[in-house]
Amino acid sequence: MSEAVALAHEARIRPIRIRLAITLAGFGALTVATCLLAPLVGSTHISLARAFDRSIPFADNVDAQIFWVARLPRVLSGALVGAALATAGVVFQALLRNPLATPFTLGVSAGASLGAMLVIILGISFSAGPFSAVPLASFAGAAVATGIVYWLATPYRRAMSTTVLLLAGVTLNSFFSALILFVQYVADFSQAYRAARWLMGDLDVGSFEPIVAAVPAIVLAFAVFALLPAALNVLSLGPDAAATRGVDVVRSQRLAFFSASLATSAAVSLAGPIGFVGIVVPHLVRLMVGVDHRIVLPASALFGAAFLVACDLAARTLLAPVEIPVGVVTALIGGPFFLWLLVRRS
Amino acid sequence: MTLSADRLSYSYSRVRLKPDTTTEFTLRDVSVRIAPGSLTGLLGPNGCGKTTLLKLLAGVLKPELGSVRLGDREIRTLSPRALAQQIAVVPQETHPAFDFTVMEMVLMGRHPHLGAFQLEGPADIAIAREAMTATGITHLAGRAYMTLSGGEKQRVVIASALAQQPKVLLLDEPTASLDLGYQLEIASLLKQLNRERGVTMVLATHDLNLAASVCDTLVLVREGRVLMQGAAREVLTSSTVEQLYGVIADVSFHERAGHLTVVPVRRQ
Repeated sequence: MSEAVALAHEARIRPIRIRLAITLAGFGALTVATCLLAPLVGSTHISLARAFDRSIPFADNVDAQIFWVARLPRVLSGALVGAALATAGVVFQALLRNPLATPFTLGVSAGASLGAMLVIILGISFSAGPFSAVPLASFAGAAVATGIVYWLATPYRRAMSTTVLLLAGVTLNSFFSALILFVQYVADFSQAYRAARWLMGDLDVGSFEPIVAAVPAIVLAFAVFALLPAALNVLSLGPDAAATRGVDVVRSQRLAFFSASLATSAAVSLAGPIGFVGIVVPHLVRLMVGVDHRIVLPASALFGAAFLVACDLAARTLLAPVEIPVGVVTALIGGPFFLWLLVRRS
Repeated sequence: MTLSADRLSYSYSRVRLKPDTTTEFTLRDVSVRIAPGSLTGLLGPNGCGKTTLLKLLAGVLKPELGSVRLGDREIRTLSPRALAQQIAVVPQETHPAFDFTVMEMVLMGRHPHLGAFQLEGPADIAIAREAMTATGITHLAGRAYMTLSGGEKQRVVIASALAQQPKVLLLDEPTASLDLGYQLEIASLLKQLNRERGVTMVLATHDLNLAASVCDTLVLVREGRVLMQGAAREVLTSSTVEQLYGVIADVSFHERAGHLTVVPVRRQ
């Protein structure tokens, strides 16, 4: 064995504690740096000193307005949505034992989109505290889709059938997509434009309120994720193999399915269905740190946050002052990457 | 600890079973007793219910009727974790969805011994390394499992099961997809592990010569029922092979191999 090969060999069998510490430090630093840098960059140059200068009244302080109102909520929602979609992708891929699954595979986002479409087209608008009509409706749509898929794929007190889960999800996805098209078709022009814009995904949430509304669901989902990684490793060998290694398969599958659906629902109701984050990030992370979910899951949360914040930065600066929808940027990066991955696997 | 099945019946059909119905059972009224330290072979033709019986013994499937006991406890009263600390399973083939390293695969055997947030420590790694030494795969530790040959993969899965430190090891056709060389290798490995570590083993197979070479006890299963069980030398005869498979065969002691051998002659 050459020295380089021997070193790589050693790195792969390093104890988990060391690998986890190195990974968290590295990805943590990257994410923090991205989130600190992103609000400073944009079509208008701002000074951080002026943005934090309390002596100038806020109404007169353009730098502070751009920093606090235009950019910081956007970076925060990017980080939150990126982390949620990337980790939901990891969990769905392990649950379905399919590396090509995404957070949107099981119809959660199609349900969310249909909910949002209906509210936009019907012109319903209200808000209660940090909650407003479109996010609430999309969250409800996601919950309905999740419920239907779960009901279809779960025989009474038996393990979920991942095949039925996949087929039900894919079918539900195209059924909801047809309904979305129909709703858009009957809408008037300006509503249809608003609906189409929502479907492209947008992190420009305008204030901290929508973020506050999404945080509880995402925190709850992450808390459940924390219980899962070891079980996901063993579940990826198959349900029987997992059961004989002491995993309560029915319980773990249920927790994984509902927590990943919850994270996806919250992310989509906050920023629309931003594609490809949930598949590109987990795969990039696996290429860098291996496939152990106890490392992949936290690393994907961190890298997903950094990835989406960076994509959004590109979306608002590349063609400034024109903005590209962030879903277009992630798809432009993610699409070719996904194809490369497919070709490389075969 | 004795693993015993008492009057098990199981059906894959979803219809609720009543003892008096004539619903098709995969297994019907099966009782077996696996003595501690024994190496028991479950023999029978394809579809006779070997794998189902093995899954019932492992607690993966729950019997419709009857019970499985480990020592004096019914296994259905044990948590999945507690059960996995006592019983490990080596399936015919293992296909992970992701590209785990050999070390990671073996360390997964430690799963039932770790708490919810506990990462494996030096003691677990030592146990995994020892299991890898026993199966002769230390040099593969950093390799990707998916790139290994069939025989190497099976040794990794056996090492993973050993790292589970079970009292009983259940193996489902562990050599079915292997060529002759690997078959002999796995057979002698199993025999050695059984003798040197006192691991009780149950081996489901339709390979009569494999069973004859490693097993001390045989359970013959036909159409979901136990045909016969007992010491290998007494159970494996021309007449039982004929009953089991409908095949006329010569069963004789082979001096050089040191065990009974079965030579099939023709179909009944």
